[in-house]
Amino acid sequence: MRRARRFHHWAMAMVVVGLLAWAFSGVGRGGLGDSWRQVLASIAHGFAHPDLEFVYRGTGEDLLGALALTIAIAFVGTVLAALVAGPLAFVAAQRSGGRLVASTVMTVFTVLRTFPDLILGVIFVVIVGPGPFAGSLAIAAGSIGMLGRLFAEEVERLTPGPDDGLRAVGATGVQVLVHSQLPRVIPEFLSLTLNRLEISVRSASILGMVGAGGIGAPILFAVSSRSWDRVAILFYGMVVTVSMIDAVSGALRRRMR
Amino acid sequence: MSIRQTIHRNLPLHIAVVAIIGALFWLSSAMIGADFARLIANVGRAGGLVSRMLSPNWDYLLAVLPALAETVQMALAGTTIGAAMALPVSFLATKTITGNHGVTIVVRSLLNLIRTIPEVLAAALLVALVGIGAFTGMLAIVVFTFGFISKLFYESIESIDEGTLEAMAAVGATRAQVAVHAVIPSLLPNIVSYTLYVLEINVRSSIVLGMVGAGGVGVPLQSAMALARYDRVVVIVLAVFVVVLIIDALSAWARRRLL
Repeated sequence: MRRARRFHHWAMAMVVVGLLAWAFSGVGRGGLGDSWRQVLASIAHGFAHPDLEFVYRGTGEDLLGALALTIAIAFVGTVLAALVAGPLAFVAAQRSGGRLVASTVMTVFTVLRTFPDLILGVIFVVIVGPGPFAGSLAIAAGSIGMLGRLFAEEVERLTPGPDDGLRAVGATGVQVLVHSQLPRVIPEFLSLTLNRLEISVRSASILGMVGAGGIGAPILFAVSSRSWDRVAILFYGMVVTVSMIDAVSGALRRRMR
Repeated sequence: MSIRQTIHRNLPLHIAVVAIIGALFWLSSAMIGADFARLIANVGRAGGLVSRMLSPNWDYLLAVLPALAETVQMALAGTTIGAAMALPVSFLATKTITGNHGVTIVVRSLLNLIRTIPEVLAAALLVALVGIGAFTGMLAIVVFTFGFISKLFYESIESIDEGTLEAMAAVGATRAQVAVHAVIPSLLPNIVSYTLYVLEINVRSSIVLGMVGAGGVGVPLQSAMALARYDRVVVIVLAVFVVVLIIDALSAWARRRLL
């Protein structure tokens, strides 16, 4: 028995080593390019002298405008998702409706989750035309998949005690939902939604690459035109914004607990 | 439950929260030009797109396999290096071994900073420095993995039982000995499962990396999207999905075996 186990461990170690050897050989070593010194110097120069003029121009075509738009895209998308996923979670958790309905809703959640954000972005750009609204809808679709599953898990975790108590004194189904179930799940729902908002801000910054608005387009443009001072200010702006959102949402979630 | 927690006392607060969220939502919708009428009116356009996506071009699968293999290689190599780098650093990010609060604060703020770097931006900078290709993609994955996984590692280091550590320190073990003989063995299950989890995330995010030229399956995806070849797009997306499912199954199996 022990020998067999040891053999298993050895076999697994060999498989892992083999896989890694294959991986590293495929990636190659691809050293630095010939002109990496000049490139690094110009990148460093750009990061030391960020394009401060780009921060605010008053036209909206600037860093603050792009950041505000990115946050707005993420916020609208996440709130929409929470509004749709909340009621659906109760259906998926079999609290109401039949077993078939529940598994259908769960499957929809899974399908939505497997679509990468960029693909959802392309789909909504086709439907409503390029722009931040398409980005919001893409964020919403992806977030419905994720929040729906997490919400449904919260609903399933509810203990039946308080529901039974209310029912025993003659409460209707709606009253049980409003007075027993909702008060217990809403704090959890809010906390999960805030967490999702942090992820959505990061996704919204990528969606611009497919024309779905936000800071992605200026980033792609600045990188492809090698204007490192512009890249640097966008970089700093993103880092500060993401840290701020994370800090605010972290503080709110701690308070709710 | 005190009287302050009752619904009557909390109702104004709840109404205020709802009002604030509503106002922010209204403001943001105006900013992004949300037009739900347009969404409903144009929802038919999705039909054409979806029908093209529902007739995948399976012949294309063979052409995309090398790029898919490259993605898996990038993800495997990058995740391994990133996790290996994160392990020693995560020890510095807790007081458990170093016993030094200053080091913890410095290392943690550095890690927080690395985590906020958007992956695409890191990849774009690396492409400029190293050139296009899978090697660059691997480097971007290393950066992301390092930032992400070191947090998971140091949080689990903090949560391990102090008793073993104290017992070893009591019989005269050095800090390095405590780390190697007490912390790492009890951490091993977490290390394995977190690394496999990040591997899965990395395979998914490889789609984005290819868009800035960092190799892998994102490169053909980018060109398929630019040419509006949605029959190809859907083949690539499904292929990535299958790879993620396989990794998921393998990691579940490995976890059961090892732990």
